[in-house]
Amino acid sequence: MSTDSPVDSTSLSTSHSSRVASGRRLTFKILRHNPRDPDSHPHMATFELDETPGMTLFIALNAIRDEYAPSLQFDFVCRAGICGSCGMLIDGRPGLACRTLTQTLGEEITLAPLPAFKLIGDLSVDTGQWMRGMSERLETWVHGQQEIDPDRLEERMEPSLAEEIYELDRCIECGCCVAACGTALMREDFVGAVGLNKIARFRLDPRDDRTDADYYELIGDDDGVFGCMTLLGCQDVCPKDLTLQTQIAFLRRRMIATG
Amino acid sequence: MKSITKAKSRMPARLDLLQSLSGLVLALFMWFHMFFVASILLGADAFDRVAGWMEGSLIFEQTYPVIVSMAAMGVFALFVLHALLALRKFPSSYRQYRTFHDHMKRMGHEDTTLWFVQVFTGFAMFFLGSVHLYIMMTRPDTIGAYGSANRVVSEWMWPLYLLLLLAVELHGSIGLYRLAVKWGFLTGSNPVESRRKLKRAKWGVTVFFLALGLASLAAFIKIGLTQQDHFGQPVLSWASSVPAEHPMLPVPPLGELS
Ligand code: HEM
Ligand code: SF4
Ligand code: SF4
Ligand code: FES
Repeated sequence: MSTDSPVDSTSLSTSHSSRVASGRRLTFKILRHNPRDPDSHPHMATFELDETPGMTLFIALNAIRDEYAPSLQFDFVCRAGICGSCGMLIDGRPGLACRTLTQTLGEEITLAPLPAFKLIGDLSVDTGQWMRGMSERLETWVHGQQEIDPDRLEERMEPSLAEEIYELDRCIECGCCVAACGTALMREDFVGAVGLNKIARFRLDPRDDRTDADYYELIGDDDGVFGCMTLLGCQDVCPKDLTLQTQIAFLRRRMIATG
Repeated sequence: MKSITKAKSRMPARLDLLQSLSGLVLALFMWFHMFFVASILLGADAFDRVAGWMEGSLIFEQTYPVIVSMAAMGVFALFVLHALLALRKFPSSYRQYRTFHDHMKRMGHEDTTLWFVQVFTGFAMFFLGSVHLYIMMTRPDTIGAYGSANRVVSEWMWPLYLLLLLAVELHGSIGLYRLAVKWGFLTGSNPVESRRKLKRAKWGVTVFFLALGLASLAAFIKIGLTQQDHFGQPVLSWASSVPAEHPMLPVPPLGELS
């Protein structure tokens, strides 16, 4: 998984001035809805909070839950941009709440759940179900014919290649690229940048025996790479800064050459 | 396993490539087209000469408007093909349209918005472009400084040309930008930085051709306004290709203009 630091350390540098309020009073507008409660209807709830130095949305949301709204639903696990569970719409743009400092936002902050995924409640969505469906469809695992012999040393790989694969493997399946993609929102079956990136990853892997013709079977249609309209929302929101634009363009060329 | 079942159709790949190729050829055609039309800025003579070239004056003794007719048909065929392919990408229901539109408003993301502009201008060109191309196919003989000016002013084509100009310049340059990022052309070793540069170039191209087009349109309007008295008499294209004593040629002495 990822080794990069949870929040950019330079942007955290204001926090050395101890935990005093920075003077700003923030207003949070949060889309609230509980689909399992028949009486619930989607509405914006407003909360006010004093900003503290180095405050992330993770800290703010916990404060809101502690102080005002014990039933507020949102997801966090790692608080460090690694697990991918805290994706939400932050002022309309998908992003990771745990990696977003409130000081980078205005005084009024709007939070909503990621679209494209099943809503669990308030800011919590089920990205897992979507990601699993995508993974099964695209068969995102190594397809090797060789029997694995646990007693033998693993086949060697060039460090540069290993690094290339690793680079694409940094995807944390947060779903931000899907929620940022106009195509994915309009067309439910579109595999999204996350799916295409995974194909690019296995395509690099020498342990995977699949050929481009095999990959064409998986992504060679308008639910796959040809569905992408190059809106590049994915590229612009991916919190892991994956080279999605490059990967998709590359796959498009490869799939055209195959087709 | 999937690989055992019948192989997937290669059609989506071909359609995607055709969409891009047809767009590329149309967009490059538009660049030439805009420069040719802008010859009006050098005067009526210059435009007539260019119009004559298009009708074969460089090769033959005479001019043959049918050459322009056929070229227009070619462009129209490409235009129809491109539009047909583009239909695949249009929102196919009000619900899809709303979803995209809401998403675009919410995100405030430039490239997403630019795609919407492309769909919108593309849709407008179904109508605007067809009218223009139809006239070019059927009346190539009337293309000339005076004939065209007549059409622009007295035949009320200027509002259509104004809208078509806006639509095509926005659509074409956004399309070229998208082509580059879509296929990874011109993106070099630093795609993020190249994209920023391409985006800037895109706006430059839009502004340049819009300015050129608006100036040309204004020049036609100016000529057209001085021509209104002669409205109703067709003006044949290349003055020199028509005998001077031709009764249907109400071309005023050039000195009267500009
Ligand atoms: C009825 C007329 C037209 C319609 C409906 C139309 C529609 C569209 C649409 C919806 C797209 C986006 C396709 C996608 O996202 O994959 C597009 C792309 C494009 N269009 Fe058009 N268009 C028309 C005419 C033109 C003209 C006259 C030009 C030339 C200036 C042009 C140049 C382009 C280019 C370069 C692209 C990018 C191709 C690509 O993305 O693969 N289009 N068009
Ligand atoms: S590609 Fe980026 S935005 Fe998409 S799921 Fe992976 S980490 Fe998240
Ligand atoms: S580039 Fe493709 S995958 Fe990325 S947001 Fe756009 S349409 Fe979606
Ligand atoms: S909590 Fe794990 S990525 Fe934000």
